[in-house]
Amino acid sequence: MIPVSYYVVVSTMMFVIGLLGILIRRNFLIILFAIELMLNAANINLVAFSHYSNAIDGQIVSLFVIAIAAAEAAIGLAIIIVLFRSQRTTNVDELNLLKW
Amino acid sequence: METALPNIQLIAILPEMILALVACALFVAEPFVPLEKKESLGYFSIGGLLLSGFSLVFLWGKEISTFNGMIAIDFYAIFFKMVFLSISILIIMMSFRYIEIQHINLGEYYGLILFATIGMMFLPSATDLLSFYLSLELMSMSLYVLTAFMRKDPRSIEAGIKYFLTGVFASGVILYGIAFLYGLTGTTNLTGIHEQLAGQDLSSSPTLIIAVILMVTGFGFKIAAVPFHMWAPDVYEGAPTPITAFLSAGSKAAAFSVMLRVFITGLEGSHDTWWQILWLVSVLTMTLGNVVAMVQTNIKRLLAYSSIAHAGYLMIGLIAGNNVGLTAILVYLVGYVFMTLGAFTLVILICRKGVRGDQISDLRGLARTHPLVAATFILFALSLIGIPPTAGFVGKLYLFNAAIQGGFYWLAIIAILNSAISLYYYFNIVKVMYMDEPLDAMPLSFSPALKVALSIMAFVTLFLGLYPEPIIRGAISSVKIFL
Repeated sequence: MIPVSYYVVVSTMMFVIGLLGILIRRNFLIILFAIELMLNAANINLVAFSHYSNAIDGQIVSLFVIAIAAAEAAIGLAIIIVLFRSQRTTNVDELNLLKW
Repeated sequence: METALPNIQLIAILPEMILALVACALFVAEPFVPLEKKESLGYFSIGGLLLSGFSLVFLWGKEISTFNGMIAIDFYAIFFKMVFLSISILIIMMSFRYIEIQHINLGEYYGLILFATIGMMFLPSATDLLSFYLSLELMSMSLYVLTAFMRKDPRSIEAGIKYFLTGVFASGVILYGIAFLYGLTGTTNLTGIHEQLAGQDLSSSPTLIIAVILMVTGFGFKIAAVPFHMWAPDVYEGAPTPITAFLSAGSKAAAFSVMLRVFITGLEGSHDTWWQILWLVSVLTMTLGNVVAMVQTNIKRLLAYSSIAHAGYLMIGLIAGNNVGLTAILVYLVGYVFMTLGAFTLVILICRKGVRGDQISDLRGLARTHPLVAATFILFALSLIGIPPTAGFVGKLYLFNAAIQGGFYWLAIIAILNSAISLYYYFNIVKVMYMDEPLDAMPLSFSPALKVALSIMAFVTLFLGLYPEPIIRGAISSVKIFL
């Protein structure tokens, strides 16, 4: 049987990749993917912990998280369409109207 | 295999169900209402909010835990539900004229405010990490859309994108923390987590520390605490002003209401693990908020930094962690809600066709043209600084008292020095209003509803300062659940 720590390592790697993606990539769509990676990293953890502790709660939570992730993507894409219509760009670095 | 249906008491979510129905009705009715009659949708949603508030009577004094321990009804939850309902009613009353000027007077605007309110109302009731996460997302997602609601205005879109990215990032981090907490304790129920943590000595376990750091980071984003505050000024400036007020009052109060549940109910046993992190965050937050606010020329940005500073003050109560501290958070939050909404109302009043009205210089000579409005603003400024006889003073007194009783003397001293700093920038606005010459006649965009809302806010701010008795008693009986 695969020890639970393996799953934690995989999920941590995914989480860190997502984190770096948000910090480094400048395209809004790629950032959206990176956010999905972070959420799914948490999902892996939840399912793995749930499986090893013989309780089903974690798996149920992960189902809700998948639904939330879909809603989040929908809102993110809606906002990006509004942005593209008005500025013809999806690059978040070009958003510089608001600063002090 | 036998599956027992959980015992569900639907009455526990009656106020939220009413709001959800009203919000759905708004979305359906929106296309059938002609543009000049959109205001009626606003009054309809105010009616829904009042009805929802009335339905709280059925929950009064009850102790219910239902949906498998996901939702709890107690005095604490009802206290906050009332706060959120009043915030939403005031926000809608403030909005009528503003959204007409900005051409966003649509039914969806009110509907999304109601959905955000539902999320906020579930938050203080959430006694499980899952229900907490879901209601947090419901609130945040409605707010993302509302922030970007002026879709012809590049600033609003930019604010929406910045808020969306930081908000989603924060909820991802919180979720990762939840996953670790679940792995450590094997349950998502807050009381269960508390029992598990108390049963075994985990105060130095690295998993717990990681989980706590992740949760503090996530909450830090939501309440705009330093070093996770960068989004707040930009978002506050770009968003439609009533929504800025909603963010500043509602979403902050909601985040605090659930932070108390998570940190006091769930992680109380590990107070030693998290108070040092929060101490540092609190001091940085109030100092940076107040110092940077001094150099702002835009009122919305200034109020954003001021609300960052207020988040720092509020955390004092959580750090003290004692009974007085928790009471103080509740008392302060109620006062803070009314005074910050009042300050934003001023910005809404200045906004008219062709004038954004968010620069401090736009207020020049307001006291000559509209002495009563200027005087009302002084009241809110006094309250935000914490000078008697206002609600802000009572709240701050309680918070600092809690810090001293908890033995956090330095924290109290730093907070008092910070209040002194805040005097400068609030009175800079007052100076501009009273000393400078007005540019023009300055027609203000008043509407009857806004006048009523402004009077309510001014009255409550003053009343709580002179006679804080009822709110303190309410707060004390609310925090009894944590004992």
